[in-house]
Amino acid sequence: MTTFRGALVIAAKDLRVELASRAALTSAVTFAVMVLVIFNFARDPGEVSLAVLAPSVLWVTSAFAGVVTLNRSFAMEQERGAMEGLLLAPVGRSAIYFGKYLANLAFVLTVNAVLLPLFVLFFNVALGVALAWVAGLLVLAAAGYVAIGTVLAAMTVRTRFAELMLPVLLLAFLVPPVLVGVQATTRLLGGRPAGEILGWIRFLAIYDIVFITLGWLLFPATMDE
Amino acid sequence: MTATNEHDSLIRRGLWITALALVALGGVFAQALLRTPVERWQGPAQKILYVHAPAATMSLMAFLLVGVASMGYLFLKDRRLDTFAEASAEVGLAFGAVMLTTGPLWARPVWGTWWQWEPRLTLTLLLVLLFVGYRTMRTAIDDPDDRARFSAVVGIMALVLVPFVHLSVYLFRTIHPQPVIFKPSAPSLPWEMLRVFLMSMVAYLAVYVGFVTTRYGIGRRAAAAEAS
Repeated sequence: MTTFRGALVIAAKDLRVELASRAALTSAVTFAVMVLVIFNFARDPGEVSLAVLAPSVLWVTSAFAGVVTLNRSFAMEQERGAMEGLLLAPVGRSAIYFGKYLANLAFVLTVNAVLLPLFVLFFNVALGVALAWVAGLLVLAAAGYVAIGTVLAAMTVRTRFAELMLPVLLLAFLVPPVLVGVQATTRLLGGRPAGEILGWIRFLAIYDIVFITLGWLLFPATMDE
Repeated sequence: MTATNEHDSLIRRGLWITALALVALGGVFAQALLRTPVERWQGPAQKILYVHAPAATMSLMAFLLVGVASMGYLFLKDRRLDTFAEASAEVGLAFGAVMLTTGPLWARPVWGTWWQWEPRLTLTLLLVLLFVGYRTMRTAIDDPDDRARFSAVVGIMALVLVPFVHLSVYLFRTIHPQPVIFKPSAPSLPWEMLRVFLMSMVAYLAVYVGFVTTRYGIGRRAAAAEAS
């Protein structure tokens, strides 16, 4: 089986398992919505306008939801001892990495797909081309940090206080995409032309390429020898 | 000589280097206080340069060496590289603490604020936090092989994050003083300041070597105890 087909099979397996219970996705989506709501109450309506706060809220919520989603990504393998089964399957470590990566990316993007319309609703954001660019930025950012999260989650699941270790390590890596995302979103929602954010799109693209590649190289070291 | 003796002599050597380095550092600080001119605009606060900049450099160098040792470990599977990475990460955190305390002390009179959410500050703080996470993760893994491999992965990822940190400094506006010594053109620091600054760098480097040697010896002793 080629790496590509193996990865698809593993990703499809994870998606099927999740769709059967929807436990992780439902919790992650609920969590994201709660964060959105809480941010709204963390603001003094007379002092800070919705428009000023909106980009930061979107990106912080998206990042936190991403961490929560990634936290569960290897829990099944750990709890039911399924990792041995996965390692014995006739696929390489690369296929396991890309399979897990694709499944995690699908979960994170699903949460974001629920988050974005609610964000538009709660923060009174105008529908239009700018919003499509913001959606694109969210996908571009997720493509990078999910790669890092996949590698980190494979390790933290086997440490003590696993659920706490992943955020502690992953949040530092989330800062560049969140920083860039907030800056670009502020400009887009402020009506600036998309050409102004090309530099930041390039930054995110490099971040993605570097960390997807690095994750692929490092992932075998996170599996038992 | 038995293994335990070997580790003990390593620790002793490290402590000696540290003691000598600290004496040298005291001499450098005396020089910085008494023999360097007071900068015209920043006043005496500028003298913190001799403490802050070398500490920041050593901290970043220590983290860099964690990344290099981590790569070495994944290729060679030599446990000594892992022990070195552990030692360098901890010493890097100590220097990081110096960097993060002296920085605000300087910024208060010069910038008028203790802390500025400025990219370089934000991201060096993050790097320190990341290595706090690295150290926390080490203590949360019992199996020494897992611990070494997992730590190496995090060490390498942190190393790769640094260029993104650096790039962001140029992508965003910054009020942090631009490099006056390590830059492509000649250093713009006057010689009487540069002289003491370079002495401070050497003294700090010696402190790093002393600390790491001691901590490495302790780590080797712990690894030997773990194995037996």
